[in-house]
Parts: sequence; structure tokens; C-alpha cells
Amino acid sequence: MRVLDDISFQFHTGKTNLVIGQSGSGKSVLAKCIVGLHESDSGEVLYDGRDMQSGSTSERKAIRQEIGMLFQGSALFDSMTVEENVMFPLSMFTKMSREEMLDRANFCLNRVELQNKNKLYPAETSGGMQKRIAIARAIAMNPRYLFCDEPNSGLDPKTAIVIDNLIQDITREYNITTVVITHDMNSVLEIGENIMFLHHGTNAWQGDRKSIITTDATAVTEFVYASTFMKDYKKRMK
Amino acid sequence: MNFINRIGEYTLMLGGCMAKPERLKVFWKRCVDEVMNLGINSMGIVFIISVFMGMVITIQTAANIDSILIPKYTVGFTTRQTIVLEFSPTIISLILAGIVGSRISSELGSMRVTEQIDALETMGVNSKNYLILPKILGFMFILPFIVIYSMFLGIFGGWVVGTASGIITTADYVYGIQYWFEPFSITYALIKTVLFAFIIASVSSYYGYFVKGGALEVGKASTKAVIWSSIVILVVNYLVTQLLLID
Repeated sequence: MRVLDDISFQFHTGKTNLVIGQSGSGKSVLAKCIVGLHESDSGEVLYDGRDMQSGSTSERKAIRQEIGMLFQGSALFDSMTVEENVMFPLSMFTKMSREEMLDRANFCLNRVELQNKNKLYPAETSGGMQKRIAIARAIAMNPRYLFCDEPNSGLDPKTAIVIDNLIQDITREYNITTVVITHDMNSVLEIGENIMFLHHGTNAWQGDRKSIITTDATAVTEFVYASTFMKDYKKRMK
Repeated sequence: MNFINRIGEYTLMLGGCMAKPERLKVFWKRCVDEVMNLGINSMGIVFIISVFMGMVITIQTAANIDSILIPKYTVGFTTRQTIVLEFSPTIISLILAGIVGSRISSELGSMRVTEQIDALETMGVNSKNYLILPKILGFMFILPFIVIYSMFLGIFGGWVVGTASGIITTADYVYGIQYWFEPFSITYALIKTVLFAFIIASVSSYYGYFVKGGALEVGKASTKAVIWSSIVILVVNYLVTQLLLID
């Protein structure tokens, strides 16, 4: 089965790049291809000119160590505490002492506004906190690329905006290339600086949060104005 | 064809495990953790099973000896042979295939469906090497100790029930467990044990690691892990016994 077809695009550094589309449009598969969890039958995934798909194992590993990823379900390690989760990539890929790793973990946890939660296990934290812990883990290694797969799934609107803003702030602060996979229109309007719309596995439209409101592309307008709220908004705009 | 695919997938998984660990210190800690999780935590159930099975073997043997020509120490001899050659290495391994196998499979399966394995891979960690190899090595290390512990407990259980119920005297029992003892029987039992540990840890890891779907599939994978580990243990037990005990 062909999930993605004829897709070509460029993500911008220092901006939040959004990949949006309906459920089943191929967003998550695309994200997994980009980070090397799936291999595509053909094509290239270039990280500043370095090909993730055809590179040697060590080249791919080097690229992966520059990637931070926030998974839909947070994907925190259940058997580790919050601070151990954040310290994990440091313990695997750096020669930091335990004290240095703890300092870095505390810095990252402070950055996502999670103080004094170090000794808790993921199961003892809320969904929003788990997302923030996952962001702290993702930025622990100072990544150049940050991928977020449905970062708002399962969160209330207020917490979702906190997570969106946190992702955008981190993107600007560290000047990293952030890619957010989402179907949440709030996120699109909040942080969508460079938006790619996927439809039936193809790159159907590309623009930003202003142009997505005004575009005439049928597939995009069906997606954007699916909710009653957005339909009313459109009427008011007219 | 599906079966051949699975064997290929299993072999590739084992190949993927055999890489130099990212960090030896982290890897060593993981191995010690697995020895504790998979081995030491099973000691309680092994204690209960071994003592009671030793008791039953002694009673059964005594109850089935109805000739005055058969000496009393035969009870001790038969108990030792049964426990050392088959009960402790094979039956305890089969029981642990259920306990440890389902634990390994459900742990890895849960990690797969909650994307924790994907998270490891995205970071650049060899997830097979990090997750599976410590389980295999840890269990291969600890299971022989568990089996020796089970042998002592089984023989002890036989002595307790034999002397307490008046079936056999301590002198006869001790003479029986020493009678015609071949040290190779221990070597044979331990060779089997190490193989069984490898089978339990690797087969269960395979079923857990490659789970697709959700909680239901994790449960199914655990069941399959136990079934296939047990089947492979029984086949390997036959082959090893044929190879090592029959000239």
C-alpha cells in the first residue's frame, strides 16, 4: 500500500514547521520516515545535506543524536524517574559526570517549568506534565532538530496552548528546526509559521497560518473549516 | 512461509543484539538489574515448587516400592536422580518460561506499543542491544544458580517428608542421595539450563519486541512467548539428552 507519494518540502530553521492533515493522511508515517524509524522505498531525507536514508549506520546514528523527538503518547520510560528520563540520552551519549547530568536535567526541567518533580515516576504525573518531561528529554542533548508527533493529543485546550507555546519558545530560543505533526487547528493558528498540508499521502498545500485562512484549496478549506466555530469565524470574516 | 519469516526475524533480532554496547557501564547496570528482576524475584516461587515437588517425589517413590528386595535407600537415590536430571533443570525452566517469559514479553510489548522502543531508536540507541541482550545474558547467568538452589531444596524437601513420616531414615536417605553419583549429571543439567535460559529470554523477547497493535496484542504475544518457549525447551531437552546421555 502506498502511504506517501511524491512529497517534497523544506523545513525552516528557527521556525515551527507544521505538518497537518486529516487522520490517515500519512502524517505519522511521514514523521517516522523523516526520523528514520521507517525506510521509504525511494527518495531522500536530507538533514543539512546529510541523507538519513542512505547514510551508513554511524552517519545515521550521528544524525539521530541531533534529533529530539516528542511522541504522541510521550514515550517516557516507565521504569525511570522523571530526572532519569531526562538524563537518559546524556548517560548514553556523553561523558558527563552524574552531577553534570543532574545539572543539565534540572536545567531542562526548569525550562519546561517542572521543578521538584525529579523523583516522580511518569505514571505519577499528569498528561500535560508527561509532555513537558518528554520535551525536557528531547532538548537535553541540545538537538538541532525537534520533531513533535501530535503534542496536544489528550490534553485540555489550556494545557495544549501551554505546550504549543513552549515548543515555539524553545524553537526560537535555541534556533532549532522544529516539525510538529498535528491535526489540531488551534495549534495551526497558534504556532503555524510554515505549514504543509498532507492529503491522501501527497503534499497538497504549503503556506503559513495567515494564508491557510484565506486559501481556496478545497481540501484545505474542508479541513480548516470543518468545525462550526471555524465556519462561524469565516462568516464573520466575510 | 510465515514460520520461516519468523525464524528469519528472530535470527536478525539476535544479530541486532550482538553489537558493542553504547556504554559498558550502563550495559553492566542493565545486566545486574535483569539478574535481579528475572532471577532473584523468582526465588520465592522456585522455593515453594521445589520443596513440595521433592516431598511428593519421595512419597511417590516410597509408595511404589513394594518389594522387600529393593533397598530403602532407593527412595533417596530416585529422588536425587529425578530432581537433578529432569525436575530442576527442565520443569523449573518450563515454569519460569511462564513467569519470566510472560514478564519479558509483556514488558517489551508494552514498550513497543507506547513508542518507548521508537524513542530509543530515535535517540540513536540500538534498542535490541540495550533491551534484549541484558535480559539474555542476565538470565543465562542466574538460571543455573536457581536450578542448583532448586536441586538442594527438592532433595531437602524429600528428606523432611521422608524422615517426618517415617518412610525412610536419615541415614538411608543420605546414603541414597550419594549412591552411584555421577558428577556429569550436574554438568548435563547445567548445560541444559543455560540453553533453556537462552531460549526463554530470546523467544520471549522476540514476541514482545515485534508486537504490533495495542494491549490485546501484548497479551497475545505473552501467551505465544510462553507457548513457544515451552515447545522449544521440550524439543531441545530431548535433543540434548540424546546427544549427551546416549553414547
